[in-house]
Amino acid sequence: MAASAAVTANYVLKPPPYPLDALEPHMSKQTLEFHWGKHHRAYVDNLKKQVLGSELEGKALEHIIQNTYNNGDLLPPFNNAAQAWNHEFFWESMKPGGGGKPSGELLALLERDFTSYEKFYDEFNAAAATQFGAGWAWLAYADNKLKVVKTPNAVNPLVLGSFPLLTIDVWEHAYYLDFQNRRPDYIKTFMNNLVSWEAVSSRLEAAKAASA
Amino acid sequence: MAIRSVASRRTLAGLKETSSRLLGSRSIQTFTLPDLPYDYSALEPAISGEIMQIHHQKHHQAYVTNYNNALEQLDQAVNKGDASAVVKLQSAIKFNGGGHVNHSIFWKNLAPVKEGGGEPPKGSLGGAIDTSFGSLEGLVKKMSAEGAAVQGSGWVWLGLDKELKKLVVDTTANQDPLVTKGGSLVPLVGIDVWEHAYYLQYKNVRPDYLKNVWKVINWKYASEVYEKECK
Repeated sequence: MAASAAVTANYVLKPPPYPLDALEPHMSKQTLEFHWGKHHRAYVDNLKKQVLGSELEGKALEHIIQNTYNNGDLLPPFNNAAQAWNHEFFWESMKPGGGGKPSGELLALLERDFTSYEKFYDEFNAAAATQFGAGWAWLAYADNKLKVVKTPNAVNPLVLGSFPLLTIDVWEHAYYLDFQNRRPDYIKTFMNNLVSWEAVSSRLEAAKAASA
Repeated sequence: MAIRSVASRRTLAGLKETSSRLLGSRSIQTFTLPDLPYDYSALEPAISGEIMQIHHQKHHQAYVTNYNNALEQLDQAVNKGDASAVVKLQSAIKFNGGGHVNHSIFWKNLAPVKEGGGEPPKGSLGGAIDTSFGSLEGLVKKMSAEGAAVQGSGWVWLGLDKELKKLVVDTTANQDPLVTKGGSLVPLVGIDVWEHAYYLQYKNVRPDYLKNVWKVINWKYASEVYEKECK
């Protein structure tokens, strides 16, 4: 997600950067129709209604997120704002024909901070599998290091002081139509077939620049 | 995907609620998946047989399995005097044990229409509901609204505060049992609002699930619990 997108004052339901059937058979068109078309849309629509007439109206999404996190004692707009942000970030974390091992600088950094791609894979997989209830697993960047983070419900690394690079949604609505209870199979499919390492690389560049 | 036949009865295994495992010099009590007192398809059309089968055989079973594993690890840690390990296991115990406790109540909270599902509570519970909430409709409206408003995963409950002797409506997050909201709270009716409880049938429209689930709520069971606690 480019830095300029953060300045959006009109909260927009941006479509994924691919058609809704483009991730098949790994993530079905039906899932995208509900997940993007209903869940994500509702977060955006409800956020607009919620901030209308308040001092948050017109503020950038990231501003709302930071100002309503309130050290974990969440203010009402946090859920909609963070979920709107998280979902846009999620669609852009995937691509048709994605997944597998990255190469170049990204692989080198994963090897530096996790010992190997396989160790990163295991850690990311474990985080996604063991987030009890609804939430997200992330690859994030802070203090010149990559790390895996898991968060509950709508929380994301922005409020925890790190730059998000990659995410997987582990709310049940993200995988239930395609995998039912089989979250581990969903995570494996995401890692092997959907991750957009290009998106991760460009986010990492932005994160490094912002930290410089 | 499709689950074709949901007419078959729930599992034949797991006839006992609990079993014992011998570990070291003493045995700990472990748990088994309780049978449902009705067929998977018996709550249709309010809750589909497909959901009931997956909810029972996969989700509840996983809580039981993982709870037993956590209890075994806890037993070992306690025996070794490993305080850190004991504390570290608490979240797995709360989550999986809570999941087992909550779902065991939930299956009893539901009944097929022809076995009284949806029939309003009579007797003392019916009266207490009218006193506390104006009417059964008032209670249903309140619980449905609170259930719809749960962010993420959780439960909405009708409980009895046995100390204050009054009915309360409350929600819990994830698999927290009602008792985590107050030591004197006894659960009478719990409605699972985790997405797995309704997604295959109702998709994102949780309010529709909450509108329909009342048609199969087993008020007879809730009344029994209420009357027992009120003695």
